[in-house]
Amino acid sequence: MCTTCGCGQGETRIEGDDQDHAHADGDVHEHAHEHLHEHGHEHTHADGTVHSHAHTHSHTHGHAHSHGHGDQAEHTHDHESLHDAAAPHGHPHADTDPHAGAQGRHEQGQGQDLHYGLGPAHAHAPGLSQARMVQIERDILSKNDAYAADNRRRLSERGIYAVNLVSSPGSGKTTLLVETIQRIRERFNGRVPIAVVEGDQQTTTDADRIRATGAPAIQVNTGKGCHLDAHMIGHALERLALADDSLLLIENVGNLVCPAAFDLGEACKVVILSVTEGEDKPLKYPNMFDAARLMLLNKVDLLPHLRFDLDACLGYARRVNPGLQVLQVSATTGQGMDAWLDWLMAGLDQARTARAQDLAALRRRIAELEAQLAARG
Amino acid sequence: MPAEDTGKSLGCCMHEMALAEGILQVVEDAVRGQRVTRVTEIRLEIGALAGVELEALRFCLDVVLRDSLAEGARVDLDLTPGEGWCLGCGERVTISELFDACPLCGGYQVQATGGTEMRVKEIRVD
Repeated sequence: MCTTCGCGQGETRIEGDDQDHAHADGDVHEHAHEHLHEHGHEHTHADGTVHSHAHTHSHTHGHAHSHGHGDQAEHTHDHESLHDAAAPHGHPHADTDPHAGAQGRHEQGQGQDLHYGLGPAHAHAPGLSQARMVQIERDILSKNDAYAADNRRRLSERGIYAVNLVSSPGSGKTTLLVETIQRIRERFNGRVPIAVVEGDQQTTTDADRIRATGAPAIQVNTGKGCHLDAHMIGHALERLALADDSLLLIENVGNLVCPAAFDLGEACKVVILSVTEGEDKPLKYPNMFDAARLMLLNKVDLLPHLRFDLDACLGYARRVNPGLQVLQVSATTGQGMDAWLDWLMAGLDQARTARAQDLAALRRRIAELEAQLAARG
Repeated sequence: MPAEDTGKSLGCCMHEMALAEGILQVVEDAVRGQRVTRVTEIRLEIGALAGVELEALRFCLDVVLRDSLAEGARVDLDLTPGEGWCLGCGERVTISELFDACPLCGGYQVQATGGTEMRVKEIRVD
């Protein structure tokens, strides 16, 4: 499955993957396997328990089921008394649990603390773990965020400015991207290297369109998955021969919901809204407009033909995100494209400057160390 | 792949399906290598501004946790309030939507500062 999203299990495909290979999808498949193994292990455990301690097992199950049904208040009490009854038989192996600090006071039932060794299992099955609370305190998307942090570090080390372009389907993202690449080419005589990651559920037609401009592009098909995640981008980065101090444009899957939550390691998100969509999109998909730094209002050449309330749209967008920058563009007529290019180049300059400063700091450090070494003769 | 048949494909393009998968991943990471046979409760903290449909999340969890060691686990949702900073007032305010006006001045210069979290707080394991 995609590393976080169950919807596209096993269908993620990054261009260049050898499809004949059993593990063609790399980690995507590995993840799925890992999954199964774990389950297998758990099951084996459970089975073992059944075999040697049939009573304990069915007891435990009974409890869990009642929990699931939601009459927990009453039930916890039962649990409680059970624990209390067992208390005199206090058991030592609780200490071996690394989460021993986690005796939870769950939903303020003071007496509900789970005392290791006092649980139903202890009497019959030494070594079997006891019911207990485990504090986790982890972000749901922490795995993605870790991959994203890694991508971000790799990109910044190389002075690459990465932009995550998000929009609904049909906003004209790919056309805008093609136009952007061609204009940057012309303006800088090809001296600004650009690469593209194309996210789509199916087909490689978008990457083909990008490659027609001469820019290297890699297609990531997410299958049923509705967004790119940081893990996919990490793999795409490995395959794209990115130049130092270059521009990386990531075209996310057309979707204004999921991509908002998934950090890819980009410098920022740019949301593209075309005037052929409703002006209330910022209110309908506030998380995306909140997550973006810039909104590109696309297809503005069509405004005279539409009943699109421009001021209302901008008002809604700024209501959601007062800091949102806005540029009005048309990939067809070229309106606003210079400002958009300026915006991108300003970001790229920052990324390059930051890299140059990092390198200078490292060189200074080397010089200092060499000086120290020389002083010791 | 057989796992496809468990209904996981139901979540196509549903944001909460991605989150449910994330939850299972966090839970599985937490119990990996532990003597845990079952996860019977999962307590989540979801911010009011996180854009999560709680009922959809429950539905997706039901599907995603199937055939995992957290199958049938009771899911508790703690909703944390949305918080923003009103640039106009220079005050911290409570909001329930990202596009809410400042309750003090009625302006829309409110930048969300809290209530966007999505976390697994704790689990109960056997």
